[in-house]
Amino acid sequence: MTYKVTIGLEIHAELKTNSKMFCSCKNDPDEKRPNYNICPICMAHPGTLPVANEAAIRKVIKTGLALNCEIARESKFDRKNYFYPDLPKGYQISQYDQPLCEKGFLQISDRMIGITRIHLEEDTGRLMHSAQEGRASSSADGRPDGESFSLVDYNRAGIPLMELVTEPDITSGKEAREFAQELQIILRYLDVSSADMEKGQMRVEVNISVSKTKKLGTKVEIKNLNSFRVVEKAVDFEIQRQTKLLDAGEKVVQETRGWHDKKEITFLQREKESAHDYRYFPEPDLPTLHLKEDYIIKIKSHMQELPDQKRERFEKEFGLDKDSIEFFVTNKDLSEYYEKVVSEFEEWTSEQEKAGAHVKASKLVANYLISDIKGLLVGKEFIETEFKITAENFAEFIKMIYKNEISSKVAKMVLVEMFNTGGDPSEIVLQNNWGQIKDVGELEKILKEVIEKNSKAVLEYKSGKKNALQFLVGQVMAKSRGTANPEKVSELFIKLLK
Amino acid sequence: MELQDFTIKQINKCLKEKKFSAKELANAYFDKIKNTDKDIDAYLNLTQDLALSQAEAVDQKISNGEEIPTLAGVPCSIKDNILVKDEKCSAASKMLENYIASYDSSVIKKLKEQGAIILGKTNLDEFAFGSSCENSAFKVTKNPHDLTCVAGGSSGGSAAAVASNQCCFALGTDTGCSVRTPASFCGVLGLKTTYGSVSRSGVIASASSLDQVGPLAKSVEDIEIIFNAISGKDILDATSVEYKYEKFIENNKPLTIGIPKEFFAEGINKDVEKIVKEAIFKIEDQGFKIQEISLPSSKYALACYYIIQTSEASSNLARFDGIRYGLSKQNENDLLDFYLSNRAGGFGAESKRRIMLGTYSLSSGYYDAYYKKAQEIRQLVKQDFKKAFEKVDLIMSPVVPFPAFKIGSKVNDPLSMYLADIYTVPVNLAGLPALSLPVGKTNGLPVGLQIIANHFEENKILSIASIIEKLV
Repeated sequence: MTYKVTIGLEIHAELKTNSKMFCSCKNDPDEKRPNYNICPICMAHPGTLPVANEAAIRKVIKTGLALNCEIARESKFDRKNYFYPDLPKGYQISQYDQPLCEKGFLQISDRMIGITRIHLEEDTGRLMHSAQEGRASSSADGRPDGESFSLVDYNRAGIPLMELVTEPDITSGKEAREFAQELQIILRYLDVSSADMEKGQMRVEVNISVSKTKKLGTKVEIKNLNSFRVVEKAVDFEIQRQTKLLDAGEKVVQETRGWHDKKEITFLQREKESAHDYRYFPEPDLPTLHLKEDYIIKIKSHMQELPDQKRERFEKEFGLDKDSIEFFVTNKDLSEYYEKVVSEFEEWTSEQEKAGAHVKASKLVANYLISDIKGLLVGKEFIETEFKITAENFAEFIKMIYKNEISSKVAKMVLVEMFNTGGDPSEIVLQNNWGQIKDVGELEKILKEVIEKNSKAVLEYKSGKKNALQFLVGQVMAKSRGTANPEKVSELFIKLLK
Repeated sequence: MELQDFTIKQINKCLKEKKFSAKELANAYFDKIKNTDKDIDAYLNLTQDLALSQAEAVDQKISNGEEIPTLAGVPCSIKDNILVKDEKCSAASKMLENYIASYDSSVIKKLKEQGAIILGKTNLDEFAFGSSCENSAFKVTKNPHDLTCVAGGSSGGSAAAVASNQCCFALGTDTGCSVRTPASFCGVLGLKTTYGSVSRSGVIASASSLDQVGPLAKSVEDIEIIFNAISGKDILDATSVEYKYEKFIENNKPLTIGIPKEFFAEGINKDVEKIVKEAIFKIEDQGFKIQEISLPSSKYALACYYIIQTSEASSNLARFDGIRYGLSKQNENDLLDFYLSNRAGGFGAESKRRIMLGTYSLSSGYYDAYYKKAQEIRQLVKQDFKKAFEKVDLIMSPVVPFPAFKIGSKVNDPLSMYLADIYTVPVNLAGLPALSLPVGKTNGLPVGLQIIANHFEENKILSIASIIEKLV
């Protein structure tokens, strides 16, 4: 029996802005000191009023444009009323019936996933609860001693938060993950959000139901999914769980479930309460937003390249294979560096050889970045300002390989040196005496030595075994510590052994 | 020194001529407060240290021969829902009994820049919820004209302080009546300003879409000076607008005055009606054209107001939870208990009533019938005024249907208390400016005339008010 799986996502992303949504406090997700970036406004002191952050509005509109949404001409904020200690005002300023963006879509693989809406709101503070009654940390840090307690940090309260809701178009864990991943890339490309899931800058909630018939099944919500891998696993687990229940003739209960990281299962967090009444009403402290055509056009004209556009361009401009392209699309900073290197490389080539050189260099640069540099970074993020090799030096390095000035073996040594010291590749080659032996006499001397010591291989070669030549060349390369040009060595052998 | 004689300009002149120093003047007012406030109960808190240091700064400037702004050295009182940095600001609520403001409200910033001397914080109905000043958690302000009567509310302390010469002028706030009603009851002038003309930043919110700060004083000229000083766009209030007050220049065409028939209907006290009409006749004698108009939706305004006011208030008061500041009871069992005990202990009966009413109006299933309907009516009320101002320049009416009433006479009947606001709330719903101008007395109690103008036409109001001021 097959089941129809229906999945919709609700994704929150903290926006990357200088200041908070409704006050001028710094928006710094990395601030470690609790209650440091706060002011009377985001602490909801009496008499304070919100003033909307225009940069945040712009970023949501930009996201909407990237996701093919209709942008509202008239939008407003509303109050969502509920009590919780992490919510200073006793209401969250959000958007209810006039979100900034509606009716968009995002293509993943070959499927279009509809986007219902994107709206702007403010984040809450962060609560920390002591683990257990009677078990608390020392009083040295100012915390209550020996009692259970809860602490609130309002640094996050009032940080602009974008909420995106998809249509129930997703049908598997893989699709859910792909959607979230692609959205993350887009948010990063647009400089809208750092969208780091582990830091909670991007939060994915899944609504999922399974049904035998065309009628939708009972909706289950899964929260607290802190990585893409977990999104996929939780969805797949939930499909299985619900399917089994239905197979056994049982009913799926409407509830909110969490993800247990160790057991890799979803578990009941809370059963459906009587529907929350948030008593939404228009925020009287903020005037209605009238978004004019030219304002939206201006945002559109300042739009950064989107991942899909980059995929297309990288294929066209650099002729890279799919995997390499995907590597660069997901490593935006490295891809920008890549483009700089390729462009610097062009400086080294003459007009006549430009076309051919470009094709070859594009691949060379890509290979060295994807394999060697990625290896040297050992899992660390590429940050250009901290990266010692300038694009210019990297381009020169590629040129040296391209023009056969260094062998691939030497190239690897030079690259390590450049990575560690930031040195100029030609200098490094010179200092280490790694340059190719140009002097034919010197080369012949080495060849003759090799011929003398390897009479067996010489005989084999002369009797027609081509492999033997490779062996001899290898010997020369070893003797010259890679500084000989293997092609040249080959040629010389053929000549000498005639 | 006869304090009642002083207008702002006279004080300014005397200070410049060194007839007395700002400090001497401030102390004279403090003496007056000391002698009279035990009977009147206008003040919740005196800000003596602040006032004297401000006065010294003004005196220093004068002795240095520097120019001083008009308001420099002029003593005023501030309603206790307007924040003055480092001073208590309670909104007359136990919830904020010991709350000390961490910043200056924008109006106070402006007054301080001008050098106005802040004598203290005046009493009000808790969170400005009321029309009599009896809903204060701390004291009932008495009417200086009859100590057994209410001062009116919610800015009762400010009005009584001005009326009893405990300050030269005062700031109040007006959400439905709160500057005009106490001004009318206490026989002083009170201006409800156009919504958006004065910043609300630092003013403890009652109902955000209705609240406005306004001055209370003893002359039209004073009102004009203060309004000029406190109005204008503020980056901390997104609902404030770019605005610069300019004096009204009369052209040849005399102003037309509309008299809404609905505002002189059943329920109005005969003496009040008579006094207000006499004032209007005097205006007519001066060559102004008087014309009857109709504001048909005004009969729904009161109901509409009490839905919108309570809805917004219920949300505005949600921040008082005892977590970050304010009344916070310890050792409760769980979070709900903590909230319940803080809010039950911190809010008075009227605040609780309004929170419940507003929460109800906003609840799903009731929203359409109450809040949404009220917003629709609000549009109709606005339309009425818009149409009226196509025909007339100003509208005149009583402020309250009756003069100040006995303390305690309406406290157990909230509905009849709400009826006091019947002529004033349409103005707030429409965001218009309106002045309460004293025009007579009945049985020793003052009666005010309400003059309403179109948005940002405070200058027209003040122009005609200065004429009436001389006639009565």
